[in-house]
Amino acid sequence: MWTYWAKFTPDMTQLPSLECVTLESWYPSSLAQWLTRRLRGPSNYTPAYQYGSSSDSLWDTSLQYISVSESFWSFSLVQFKKQKLLIELDRYAPDVAELIRTPMEMHYIPLKVALFYLLNPYTVMSCVAKSTCAINNTIIAFFILATIKGSTLLSAVFLALATYQSLYPLTLFAPALLYLLQRQFIPVKLKSKGFWLYTTQYAALYLCSLVVIVCLSFFLLNSWDFIPSVYGFILSVPDLTPNIGLFWYFFAEMFEHFSLFFVCVFQINVFFYTIPLAIKLKEHPIFFLFVQLAIISIFKSYPTVGDVALYMAFLPLWSHLYRFLRNIFILSCVLVVCSLLFPVLWHLWIYAGSANSNFYYAITLTFNVGQILLISDYFYAFLRREYYLTHGLYLTRKDGTEAMLVLK
Amino acid sequence: MAGAVAAVLGLLALLGSPGGCWGSAGRPQDSLREELLLSPLPSGDLAATFQFRARWDSALQREGVSHYRLFPKALGQLISKYLVRELHLSLTQGFWRTRTWGQPYLQAPAGAELWVWFQDSVTDVDKAWKELSNVLSGIFCASLNFIDSTNTVTPTASFKPLGLANVTDHHLLRYAVLPREVVCTENLTPWKKLLPCGSKAGLAVLLKAERLFHSSYHSQAVHIRPICRDASCLSVSWELRQTLTVVFDTFTIGQGRRDWSLFKMFSCTITEACPLASESKIYVDISSKNQENELLEVTPPPLSVHEASVQGDRKTYAVYDLLSPLLFNVSRSLNVQLKWKRPQDNLDLSTPVLHAQRYVSGYGLQTGEISTLIYNTHAYRAFPVMLLETVPWYLRLYIHTLVITTKGKENKPSYIHYQPAQDRRRPHLLEMLIQLPANSVTKITIQFERALLKWTEYTPDPNHGFYVSPSVLSALVPGVIAMKAEDVEQSPLFTSLFPSSDGSSYFMRLYTEPLLVNLPTPDFSMPYNVICLTCTVVAVCYGSFYNLLTRTFHVEEPSRGGLAKRLANIIRKVRGVPPL
Repeated sequence: MWTYWAKFTPDMTQLPSLECVTLESWYPSSLAQWLTRRLRGPSNYTPAYQYGSSSDSLWDTSLQYISVSESFWSFSLVQFKKQKLLIELDRYAPDVAELIRTPMEMHYIPLKVALFYLLNPYTVMSCVAKSTCAINNTIIAFFILATIKGSTLLSAVFLALATYQSLYPLTLFAPALLYLLQRQFIPVKLKSKGFWLYTTQYAALYLCSLVVIVCLSFFLLNSWDFIPSVYGFILSVPDLTPNIGLFWYFFAEMFEHFSLFFVCVFQINVFFYTIPLAIKLKEHPIFFLFVQLAIISIFKSYPTVGDVALYMAFLPLWSHLYRFLRNIFILSCVLVVCSLLFPVLWHLWIYAGSANSNFYYAITLTFNVGQILLISDYFYAFLRREYYLTHGLYLTRKDGTEAMLVLK
Repeated sequence: MAGAVAAVLGLLALLGSPGGCWGSAGRPQDSLREELLLSPLPSGDLAATFQFRARWDSALQREGVSHYRLFPKALGQLISKYLVRELHLSLTQGFWRTRTWGQPYLQAPAGAELWVWFQDSVTDVDKAWKELSNVLSGIFCASLNFIDSTNTVTPTASFKPLGLANVTDHHLLRYAVLPREVVCTENLTPWKKLLPCGSKAGLAVLLKAERLFHSSYHSQAVHIRPICRDASCLSVSWELRQTLTVVFDTFTIGQGRRDWSLFKMFSCTITEACPLASESKIYVDISSKNQENELLEVTPPPLSVHEASVQGDRKTYAVYDLLSPLLFNVSRSLNVQLKWKRPQDNLDLSTPVLHAQRYVSGYGLQTGEISTLIYNTHAYRAFPVMLLETVPWYLRLYIHTLVITTKGKENKPSYIHYQPAQDRRRPHLLEMLIQLPANSVTKITIQFERALLKWTEYTPDPNHGFYVSPSVLSALVPGVIAMKAEDVEQSPLFTSLFPSSDGSSYFMRLYTEPLLVNLPTPDFSMPYNVICLTCTVVAVCYGSFYNLLTRTFHVEEPSRGGLAKRLANIIRKVRGVPPL
């Protein structure tokens, strides 16, 4: 596995620098190379037996940084071109110039994404904990990179790898497909032949690579036991070790005869949002991807802080939504305070014995409510900006007074 | 062998004992031997070991056997129905302190222990095991029905068949321990009922519950195994051994003196042997380290003295044969007494060759460490020991943290068998063959993590903790003196359960302490609250997304007012006042 990654990486670092050669080509690739050297350097002369896993996860993190920041760079460029096109086509209202994102603004997005990911305490924590979440995140980051670069095959393969690892990235199929369709200028219409052709092609690639990986596992183990042990373990939630998610205490306290029903409800809940979101955010697959990643990290059965760090790395990409966010201050305070209280209440429950499980449970609830409200706030802001872009920023009522926007 | 049986027959005929049922060939098909061994322990306590052996020269495997005489019918039917090859069940209260009490003849772990070898004709061993444990639960009034896949293991090397067996495929073996089981009168009564004389006559009259459970250690066991019928070993006999070991604290019973008598301990004396028994003997251990000054005195004077080498040591026993007519000539009842001629100040606390202890370390409810210390106090001989650890699944063992150190150096086990646990399905099983160097302490540590269980999976008193069954040490311990192979039928019962392989060492099985481990607990009082609150959080997400997905932005239109306003305007219109 690792030799495969090592072989694969130089190609990935080469790839964007070839494409970005016209526009400030020095920036992303050189930073990436610098960072690669920087992060790879120590792991070469650290004693492998001592820091083996942590250097692995560092290496993953760096890979992930490279793919995420570079994919966002190319995404920003695409976004800018698209905006320009829409202005030229008169699809935007005339007074929305201040909402348009300029390359100047977007210049630092890759760096911000990198900082958000690498300096995020959650990433640091999951590195220190030697969590396998880093591997998972890397594969998802490669999947995003391949999708944004428009490589159908690689995108399908990485999506299959991510699905193979933890099942939930299955829902990322929809945003990836929408993005690739958009990139190929294929309209998303159910009656269009091209749409179905491309969808079938992508789905076939995805399913084939999934089948190949699963069959490889079968030939490695010579039994199908791994299917219930891996996916059954994810879906039926037998392990109730406390984590930051909603499942552990809920199923520890669940009445036995309702357990199956609620397992089904909670698992369906994760996959439930995909189709409505796909319909609503048909034109904005990357935002869809972000929302879907956030939903996975909130509602997956064994969430970790690494999952939270992954979708938080997207936040700088939506910095232009900041002016429409309603309660970002409160929510960031909630998330920060919860993150600080997690270890405190854990210690009080497990070590000091002066608190009980309800204390820790309360903080997981608050943390998840905070995350949910943060995501829905971003979603709200995104929809609102889209409305302003098409209807003009300064809305007036019929009688000439300033109008209020409401959801109806 | 045949001669021995003939001799016994002759003796029976001479004594004019009730004949009972004779086989068609004119010889009894079954026989009963009973025996009581009284041995003062190094600490000053007294151990009393009862053994009752019923032997039946019949092939129980056939379904057709319907006539039972000495062998209990309940167990006989069990063997033929579930095709049991060997069955060993023990119910124990207390812990045998090997360090102060010396090596036990037959130790059992605290709680209930059951291990069964099935015959190779059994197709579904797990089903037979489940049914068998449920039936035994009914017979012995014990919670053996709680034996399920989460506490059953199949050891590969620790438990070999004790009887006649040519099958050693360990898939036919099942082993389970219930360390939480509390043993009391209700378990003793059905055990006594299996005896041919019940508690009416013979040594069993001493088994009074109010005395037996007022003791430091109480262990009762049932061992069923097939044995050779005679020396040529062409046919099989079935042997049922019922053993009961009890340790009395002589200091508290004897008001600070170590003298004891049967009456003091059991509050009754023996008046006769069981009429059905072909042999009924009391052995009193009178061996002392220095033979020249006899410190103790046994009354009444024993009729004979038996010398035997037991557990690698030479022992002298005073023997009272209850079937001998001389014994009850003097007095009607037998009350064996032992008096120490002078008070012993320095108790003979020689440490046994092999002993072990185990404990849990660490703090908090997240992780912990199980440490086992195994002592080999033999001056110059190293020997291997087979260690069996069964750890329930809710303690997640980290096998990479397994460290075995002896004298500061790593000790690599020569055989290791590890079967990882599966949540709610099977426990961890760890078997290791560890070489113990002479005069050494071996420390085995392994770290674990505690799991959070579902609230219905906790025991009624969850903060009391969860018991972890004792680890089992099986070893061939080198003896101090050479032992000579003895005829099994002639030697006392307490020497003949475990087979002795060669003259220089003897088989020994030790159990360590059971562990008590606390697990993190959820709040048992608030399942409704948790369900409500968590569902609310999910609903918050669903609600806000539903809102954003189904609605679109609109400019707020000046509303025509609500229902109240319109009503007010109608009233105003009626009144002739301008509307709002």
